[in-house]
Amino acid sequence: MAATVQSRPRKVSIRVDRPAARERRAVRRLLIGVSLAFLATFLFLPLAAIFAEALRGGTKAWIVGLADPAAWSAVKLTLLVASIAVPLNLVFGLAASWAIGKFDFIGRNLLLTLIDLPFAVSPVISGLVYVLLYGAHGWFGPWLQSENIQIIFAVPGIVLATIFVTFPFVAREVIPLMQEQGTEEEEAAITLGASGWQTFRRVTLPNVKWALLYGVILCNARAIGEFGAVSVVSGHIRGRTNTMPLHIEILYNEYNFAAAFAVSSVLALLALVTLAAKAAVERYSLRAPESAPADPILIASNLSEEPAL
Amino acid sequence: MFTRKKRTFTPWKAAATAAITTIVLTGWLAAPPAAVSETTLLNVSYDPTRELYQDYNAAFAKYWKQKSGEDVTIQQSHGGSGKQARSVIDGLEADVVTLALAYDVDVLYQKGNLIPIGWQSELPDNSSPYTSTIVFLVRAGNPKGIKDWGDLVKPDVSVITPNPKTSGGARWNYLAAWAWARRQYGNDDGARDFIARLYKNAPVLDSGARGSLTTFAERGIGDVFLSWENEAFLATKQLGEGKFEIVVPSISILAEPPVAVVGKVAQRHGTVAVAKAYLEYLYSPEGQEIAARHYYRPRDPEVAAKYAAQFTKVDLVTIDAEFGGWAKAHAQHFADGGTFDQLYLPTR
Repeated sequence: MAATVQSRPRKVSIRVDRPAARERRAVRRLLIGVSLAFLATFLFLPLAAIFAEALRGGTKAWIVGLADPAAWSAVKLTLLVASIAVPLNLVFGLAASWAIGKFDFIGRNLLLTLIDLPFAVSPVISGLVYVLLYGAHGWFGPWLQSENIQIIFAVPGIVLATIFVTFPFVAREVIPLMQEQGTEEEEAAITLGASGWQTFRRVTLPNVKWALLYGVILCNARAIGEFGAVSVVSGHIRGRTNTMPLHIEILYNEYNFAAAFAVSSVLALLALVTLAAKAAVERYSLRAPESAPADPILIASNLSEEPAL
Repeated sequence: MFTRKKRTFTPWKAAATAAITTIVLTGWLAAPPAAVSETTLLNVSYDPTRELYQDYNAAFAKYWKQKSGEDVTIQQSHGGSGKQARSVIDGLEADVVTLALAYDVDVLYQKGNLIPIGWQSELPDNSSPYTSTIVFLVRAGNPKGIKDWGDLVKPDVSVITPNPKTSGGARWNYLAAWAWARRQYGNDDGARDFIARLYKNAPVLDSGARGSLTTFAERGIGDVFLSWENEAFLATKQLGEGKFEIVVPSISILAEPPVAVVGKVAQRHGTVAVAKAYLEYLYSPEGQEIAARHYYRPRDPEVAAKYAAQFTKVDLVTIDAEFGGWAKAHAQHFADGGTFDQLYLPTR
């Protein structure tokens, strides 16, 4: 072992000759410089502008902008929609990726393709299909109207459109991992006498939990920020069917810049919190042993303890 | 592959219970606004009326409380006039509509069967409690010296107007220009030629009046903005005094934005009486005052006299006399393959 440790640095020092290293460093610096400049122009500057604009009239104007009942209801609606759409997509994404990642069945590839559909389709279409289905002249429109159920231009329509737009996020994060991990560990667990639920909870779920969390965060970010599809089905009723992104556009169109940027800053803050959560998940998942393909022997010993508990 | 033993899946049950509880809880959270038993009206309107109805709704709620003892909340939805009409047909539950032009209300009868055919005679003055017209908004000092419609087709003038296919205001712009050109050149061919040259000078067509004003005022594009009179006043007052000037052309069009109760919806909501009162109150002295304060031309002679200084006298043509009504004007100019489609050729 000591020999291998010694031989390694020597090999490296032979390969790295000076000019190449310098050139590589120059290239690296250039690349870093370009990306930083790019980030500054397209990300940091606009982000800073949002907060600068939001606070230009002082914190008082900022609070006044947010205290408006319509703004407040937009915040509440956005959180409500996310709190319905994200858990549903978590369950759906997990079920779909479990089926796709661990089993072979007819229509598997079709399902895989269908999951990507919302990524491929423009959000306008995602909204319009629901108008075509549930609108007053849509397929189910007359029946819904006779039952006095309002879907389009009301909260249910906004939730539906959001679910549609965000449903690939969880599945897309988890499927590749599950496919890569294969079914060996589960088979081992079953052989050792674990039930289906035990296998899922103690083997499958721990293996994908970081990817799952990551997917949920992305899903949440999109659910909060979605504009296009929601705009089509919202009806833009002030204080009732405006989510935060829609409300921001309306405030901007009313020349109410202070309020528009105040709400924008809250939305941006939500996004930053989401990003921080994402970064934290990434860091912990790298550190956590579970993310690495788990050792079958370890699992076996874990499972063998189970009956004793 | 997986052999599943029969077991009691308590964890599943726990998860299911948790999920159901969450759903019920969120449902309960979402429910209160709908469950409140006060009367609610939804007014679906077009872009530039936001400020007007914000004021008017408060005034009407007060009046209605005094008159009937009922609390009424009016909710607003704004957007391009044509788009809003489409939404109402698709099921946006509007008790009343207050749109930019009669054609957009007509489609509620034609395509949605939501209102009776004679809707426009249910209220006075063609169901238009206030009117407006089309004026020019130019930059301070009027650097391009724009005085009348003829100046808009000069090669160095850039004109901002929304898209007549989607915007009500833009259709009024188009028709006002047409009316001027027909008088200027003596016939429809001259008018066609003028309109073609006019839209050649338009670098961008936004979908609504508000978008166009933002293009002109915020992004600084264009030399002249063809605008609703009320929107032009709003820009000069609110987007920085002294940055813009209003130019009134020699001839313009009498724009009559109509209002109507959406009978089918209001009946279902049980709001017919309050919806009717809501629109009728627009004709009252107080309603007319509010309209005038927001730079709409009032119908009431007394209120009009009071605000006479605010509005420049201008020769106004009407849609009925000049174009034979909206249905005809729409079919000829704005329908697919109509004059606008033939004349507007984006060159850039």
